[in-house]
Parts: sequence; C-alpha cells; structure tokens
Amino acid sequence: MTDAIRVDGLTKSYGPVHAVDGISFTVDQGAVFAFLGPNGAGKTTTVEILEGLRRRTGGSVEVLGLDPWSDGRALHEKVGVIPQDFRFLDKITPREAVVYYGRLFDRPVDPPALLARVELAEKADAHYDTLSGGQKQKLGLALALVNDPKVCFLDEPTTGLDPKARRAIWEVVRSLKADGRTVFLTTHYLEEAQLLADQVAIIHQGKIIAEGTAAEIIRRYGRPQRLVVDAPPELADRLRATLRLPVQVAGGTVEVEYRTKDDLQKVLAAVQGSGVPWSGFSTRSDTLEDVFISLVGRMDEGVLHPPGAS
Amino acid sequence: MRPRRILADLSVFSKGYLRSPIALFFAFAFPVILIVTFGSIFSAPTSKVSLPVEDLDHGSNVSEAFLGALSKTGAVSISQVDPATVNASGGFASWLAKNSDPVGLVIPAGFASAYEAGNATQVTVFTDPEDAADSGLVVGAVDGVANQFNLNYAHGSTIITIGTANVGSQVFTEIDYLVPGLIGFTILTSPMFAIVDITSSYRKDHIFRQLSLTPLTKGEWLTSKIIWYVLITFLTALLMLGVGDVAFGAHVGFDLAMVPFLVLGPFFFVSLGMLAGSVAKTPESAAVIGNIVTFPMMFLSGTFFPVSDFPGYLQVVAHALPLYYVIDGMNQAALFHNYGTPFVLDLTVVLVLSVVVALLAIVAFRWRDE
Repeated sequence: MTDAIRVDGLTKSYGPVHAVDGISFTVDQGAVFAFLGPNGAGKTTTVEILEGLRRRTGGSVEVLGLDPWSDGRALHEKVGVIPQDFRFLDKITPREAVVYYGRLFDRPVDPPALLARVELAEKADAHYDTLSGGQKQKLGLALALVNDPKVCFLDEPTTGLDPKARRAIWEVVRSLKADGRTVFLTTHYLEEAQLLADQVAIIHQGKIIAEGTAAEIIRRYGRPQRLVVDAPPELADRLRATLRLPVQVAGGTVEVEYRTKDDLQKVLAAVQGSGVPWSGFSTRSDTLEDVFISLVGRMDEGVLHPPGAS
Repeated sequence: MRPRRILADLSVFSKGYLRSPIALFFAFAFPVILIVTFGSIFSAPTSKVSLPVEDLDHGSNVSEAFLGALSKTGAVSISQVDPATVNASGGFASWLAKNSDPVGLVIPAGFASAYEAGNATQVTVFTDPEDAADSGLVVGAVDGVANQFNLNYAHGSTIITIGTANVGSQVFTEIDYLVPGLIGFTILTSPMFAIVDITSSYRKDHIFRQLSLTPLTKGEWLTSKIIWYVLITFLTALLMLGVGDVAFGAHVGFDLAMVPFLVLGPFFFVSLGMLAGSVAKTPESAAVIGNIVTFPMMFLSGTFFPVSDFPGYLQVVAHALPLYYVIDGMNQAALFHNYGTPFVLDLTVVLVLSVVVALLAIVAFRWRDE
C-alpha cells in the first residue's frame, strides 16, 4: 500500500448545499499534501471527514486503509490531528496535557523531549490560558504527536500566527516529513504550500480545480515567464512590430512573455535595438498564489468552469 | 471502560478544578455560608410577641399578679404603657396603630376590687386581623391566664395537665432537619451548575471534539466526573455536619446509611447536568435548561423546610422531584436511623433514576458532529 489517503467521489451535503461535491484524490505515504482553497471552499469539511470527526454524505474515503467514520477509534490510534482553533483546558499545563494524552493512548511519553520538539519547553509549566496563540498551536502539535502517528492532519495550523511562530510550525512539519510521516495540511497561505508540500490540491466551491505538485500547477495554469523592462510605452509598440510574442504595458513597465531561452535572447536584442531608453529589467514568474488567485477569480467570474461541471 | 483512562481524566479534571477559585468557593465556602446563615435563622430562640399593656387599675396587686402569670407563659413580652400617653393619642387603638403594634391588652380600672368581690370584669385584647398568628397567640395566652384566675377564685383543682415530649430518640432542633436538607442542596447545585457549564463550553470550544480523537470514551469521561463530584460531596457533607455540630450543636451526625445517597446523588446530578448540556444547542440555552431543572428542586425538595410542612399540592410536586428522595433518604438515615421501607423506597428511586439518566446522557451526548 502506497496511498496513505484515498478519496473517491466524496460528497458532503447540508440540505441543498453541497459543501463537498464529488472530489477524488490520493495522498502518497510520506508525502506532505497541501489542501488549498478560499474560506468556505470545503477544506475543513473534507479534513474533518478524513479525521473521522464528520460523517460523509457519499463517496468512499480510506485513511491508512480504514473508514474514518466507522473505524474512528482504530484510526485515532494511528493518526494525529490538530483541529482548526485548537483549544484545551484553561488551567492545565502543556506538561500535564502531554502526560494526560500519553495515559489516554497508553503510550510512553517523554514530556520534556516532546515539548522541546515543538519549541514549547520553556512554557512546559504554564497554564494553557496564559499561552500565546502560537504556543497554544504548538501544544496542539505536541498532543497530535503523542501517539506516534503515521498520518498527521493539520487544519490551518498557522492561521493568525506571527511570522516567527509560523516558521516554527513549518520546521515541525518538515521534521514530520523527515520521520517518514504523511502530513495532510490545509492552509490558505499559498507560500506555505509552495514551501512545504510535495502534492497540492486546490478546492473551490466543493470541487478540486487543480492538482499536482506546486510547479506542475504553476506550469499548467500560470502565465509564462515574463521579462519586465522599465521603459516608456512606445517600447511596447516597437517590440510588437519586431517580435511575435505577447507584449503588455503595465504601470511604467513593459512585459514580454517568453517560453524559451532563445526567445529571451531575442527579446533582449529587440529591446536593445529599439532605441527606446530603458532603465532596468527583471524576470517574473507566477507563484502558486498568482495561479490560485487567477484560477479562483476566473471561476468566480464564470470564465472557467471546474472539471465535471456542466 | 478502562480504569487507566478514567484515572488520567480524573487527574487532569481535578487539577483544573482545584486551580479554579470559583469552583473551590462553591464546593467548600458556599456550603459553610449556607449552613451558618440558615442555621442562625432557624436556631434563633422563638421570639415572644411583644404586648403593650395599658393598666387602668394602676398596678393593683391583682393586675400585677395577672400580668406576672401572663409573662410566665413565655408567649408574650409585656411592656406597660402610660395611660396619659394613650389618652394623648386618642385611645388605645389609635396608640397601637401609631406604634405599629398589632396586639395590645387593656386591664380595666377597678380590676382588683372586682376580682376580690367576685364581680364580673373584663380585660380587653386589641387584635389586628391581618396578624392572625400573633393575635391568636395573645388571645390564647390571656384566656389561659384568665381561666387560671377564675379557677383559683372558685378554689377549683386542676384535673387535666399537659406534659410535653419530643419525637424521635433525641431532642431535635431545626438545625437537625436543616443539615441533611442543605447537604442535599449542595448535592444538587455543585454538580448541576458545573457540569451544565462544562458540557456546553467544552462543546463550544471543541474540547469534546479534541477528546473524541483520543481513546477516551464518553462513558469514561462521565465516570471520572461522577467520581470527582462524589469525592467533593463527601468532603462537603462532612464539613457541613461538622459546622452544624460545632456552631449550632446539631445532633445529626454521619451515618453509614447516608453513603449510598452521597454516592448516588452526585451520580444522578452529574448525569443530569451532562444531559441538559447535551440537549442544549448553545451555552446560553444550556444554562436556562439547567436553571429550569434546578430551581424547583432547590426549594421544594425539603432543602430548607421539611416537605411535611408543605400544603398538600406542593407535597405532590415535591414527591415528583428526584432531590426529595435523596434528602428524605438522608433524613431517614442520619436523623431517624430508620432503615425500613421509606429508606429502601428512597434508595430504589434514586438508584433507578441515576442509571436511567446516566444512560440517556451517554446516548444523547455527541462527541462529534454528524
């Protein structure tokens, strides 16, 4: 078995509303899978179905070969979960919480080591209600690791955290991957997905609209690389006359799309030969965020239809 | 059910509890405040009715003897009023009204000479129909003293006398009935308010969802809460018995037969709190449901007043309230040491209710969303 998670035709309806509308994907064992989507797209519903916290309406779901709803208790022995907005008992310390989870799971735990791993050692004996948002989230991570899980679900683990705390969580995600664990990460920070994920799926209005590695998605849905020249608009007219490449004027710059190195050299030569004064240039390529915004935006405008939609 | 998991949950829950000043206040300080307050109110010596007297016979030997006998009944506390002041007020009735006194007594002029001569004479009791209790007491006392004087005059002899005796093997005072009632009060309020709040706030904060991701079961979670509140109930009950004894000389003491009620009482109310918290959709509605269930029981189950003092229809209501059986059972055990039918009936009712409500709570309770 190489798939840690297998989802086929999953649906979840609340009355007439289809929160999740027939999605399918698989997550390789040991991979970091980023599940992206705008708020309300169906991310949390999907992850909660995978975690066994929510019942599905239709389709099939397997996590480590188990049905999350009917085999929930068996599954929870093998997976770790940090739900969105992780909360815990106010007057309990991280050390006590970790010991508590260890006894519930009947696993030996080394609280100092585990808390050090999530960078929470210095707050081991502080009451939960005195922890900062990032420290609370780190406690959630520590508790999710008590049972040595094969699959970790992290539902927007960095939402609302400061950049330092986010980076600390990223480090833990990387170390989970290094341990050989599968990580299922939902986020709306695109850079986070691009930095951490082996596989990415973008969900919008309950349907998956793009899937693959971040690079694949950018190549497939993003615009080609551009040479951006700081120059007056008349350069654009000259280039259009000499090149058969798309040229655009944008805010004091002229952008030329290119696909090959040859094209790039031709563009540079054409700029030089145009006689129009220019002051500098740079190259620009789409990020996952650019692709995401353009995909979701085009769908919202009705220009692009999700796969399978009529 | 795994004892290891129950103990793990109990350990964490008790730490949180002991670190919460509010929980500690309601567990230990509040019951003491209750018993001291209500003990003071109910143990105060029965107050005498204050009785202003206008003696128009001006302190004659007979009027003084009459008032002395009246004072000895213990029912009234006599204060003499100067007839001159009464005249200035426009009569005794006006004087009483002006001084907000509901009752008064007038001894007529020539009272002594009439008595000695054997002529009929009349003392007048002024009463206020709105204060029937005080009026009845004073009329009864004055009537008794007058009869005594009539009998003495006729040189008659007393044939019927009254002796008094107490119910039960010991002399019970109000505090003895109050202590089991107030222990029942805390058995109700301490778990109910806390568990209703915990179940609804844990759900709102998704702590139950978090726990559903662990091997802990709903039954184990409920069991650990029941164990904790049974422990708290024992400590509170011993504390209240102690305070009742030390502060008010209560005779009621710990009786082993109270144990089943000190266990089943918290068992029942923790489960009921969990049930109320589960059926409610929001923390606010949980509090409302909790209060609707709790308030009638707080006052109508024999907590502050014995149910046998209630009017008939309220006794019917009381018998429909689960706490009644807890308190009645503890009264049977601690007060009367009567382990017969009433005790067994109380125990059976509480046991059956506890099991049913605990099962309902576990079934109705949702760890996770559908």
